[in-house]
Amino acid sequence: MANPELCKYSKTHEWAFVEGGVATVGISDFAQHEISDIVFVELPKVGAKVEAGKACAVVESVKAASDFYSPLSGEVVEINATLPNEPSLANQSPCDKGWFFKLKLSNPGEVSALMDNKAYQEFIKTAGH
Amino acid sequence: MTNQAVLSRTPLYESAVKAGGKMVDFHGWELAVQFSSILDEHKAVRSACGIFDVSHMGQVFVTGPDAHKFVQHVNANDVKPVPGKGVYSHVLNERGGVVDDVINFCLSPERFLIVVNSATTDKDFAWFQKHAAGMNVKLENASARFGMIALQGPKAPELMKELWPKSVEVSRFGIMEATIHGDEGYIVRTGYTGEDGCEIIASNAVIVKVWDELLEKGKKYGILPCGLGSRDVLRLEAGYLLYGQDVDDERTTYEASYGWVVKMKKPEFVGKEALLKRKEAGFKEKLTGFMLDGGGVPRNGCAIYHKGQKIGSFTSATFSPLFKRGLGVGYVTPVDLPMGEPVEIEIHGRRAPAKVHKTPFYDNKV
Repeated sequence: MANPELCKYSKTHEWAFVEGGVATVGISDFAQHEISDIVFVELPKVGAKVEAGKACAVVESVKAASDFYSPLSGEVVEINATLPNEPSLANQSPCDKGWFFKLKLSNPGEVSALMDNKAYQEFIKTAGH
Repeated sequence: MTNQAVLSRTPLYESAVKAGGKMVDFHGWELAVQFSSILDEHKAVRSACGIFDVSHMGQVFVTGPDAHKFVQHVNANDVKPVPGKGVYSHVLNERGGVVDDVINFCLSPERFLIVVNSATTDKDFAWFQKHAAGMNVKLENASARFGMIALQGPKAPELMKELWPKSVEVSRFGIMEATIHGDEGYIVRTGYTGEDGCEIIASNAVIVKVWDELLEKGKKYGILPCGLGSRDVLRLEAGYLLYGQDVDDERTTYEASYGWVVKMKKPEFVGKEALLKRKEAGFKEKLTGFMLDGGGVPRNGCAIYHKGQKIGSFTSATFSPLFKRGLGVGYVTPVDLPMGEPVEIEIHGRRAPAKVHKTPFYDNKV
């Protein structure tokens, strides 16, 4: 679905693929690898307003819970309904079948604050975990 | 973060790193929390086999004419002087609380091996020394001499047969003395997973060889090196206590729902009188099992509600890959909640429906 190379990334390891005022979001491959063994995902509801940098979903692995921070602000227009039933998709296919939700951007200008793939790859090299 | 320099390493540290272990600080020991993935490791142990580095655990030898008298004195369970037999037990303090949960193995009526928890080894040894006063026994804390590997899973006996043919004749909780690569060693039919298998106690000098040959010969069965993460999930499913978390110096064996360990028919043991008094007074809390009805992952510390009232919290909780549900144990009041009684677990500020569940959650009759 989303080509990782064309995605934008947050410092909290979420990706956003922006197309025509709508962003599809999920967790990066780096994040799924760090979290490992994802067994539960709780998504926001369609219609929910989410804010960039604010926790709006929960990812639980066998060992720990992680917050998902929306990389951008807007209204949730669609969720990946398969994901809560098959949370391991977020491990197996973080940028494709494991997407989280789509949001209609309320402030498209925020996109420029995210990293492109090249910058993100550098970021994870230095930031690590 | 703890200063890395102060962490202890087991003789299998290099082997664990080589096998891809993600190393963490576990009570001062640098051990692998996982290798491949907790889910894969869990599956290997439930359906094939896995190995764990448990070298951090302690070994105490009790030798001398009063050896049996001594182990009976410090254990709430009845330790028989029958060579080759072992028994899980609680060592109690004078208040009836639990100093540690241990396994006692009889090597001869005058020689016993007590396997103790890692974080409590020094405390236990000091406790044993105190209670050996006036008895004709010699205590040796041999923990630094030995490494220990747990081989667990339904395929474990086949691998045991291949490597140490006589070890499969050892009954559950039994012990066999073995020469392992020319050194003193012991094979015990125990584990912390709820599966069949054994634990191999071998000298630091040869334990790496044992690890390597288990991985090599176990390949055909799908063996995986496993870490603390899967070990904790496996033991919780199998209803085993984690000392320091589910039971400690203050709680009693009865409150921990492990009353079967206490043998009040024994004429005496440390903590017996205090425990009797506490039992007569009645217990207000009991370690009880719960399983979630649906999604959500409970964690240690999550509050448990019954009819709107907080009745306790989890001491151990996790997602169970076996049941595909969250489950856990926690001390709750009242102590007599019936099986299936609905409760609610607070997770991330919300209440998830759950039910009282029997423990062990998983009983493979090993």
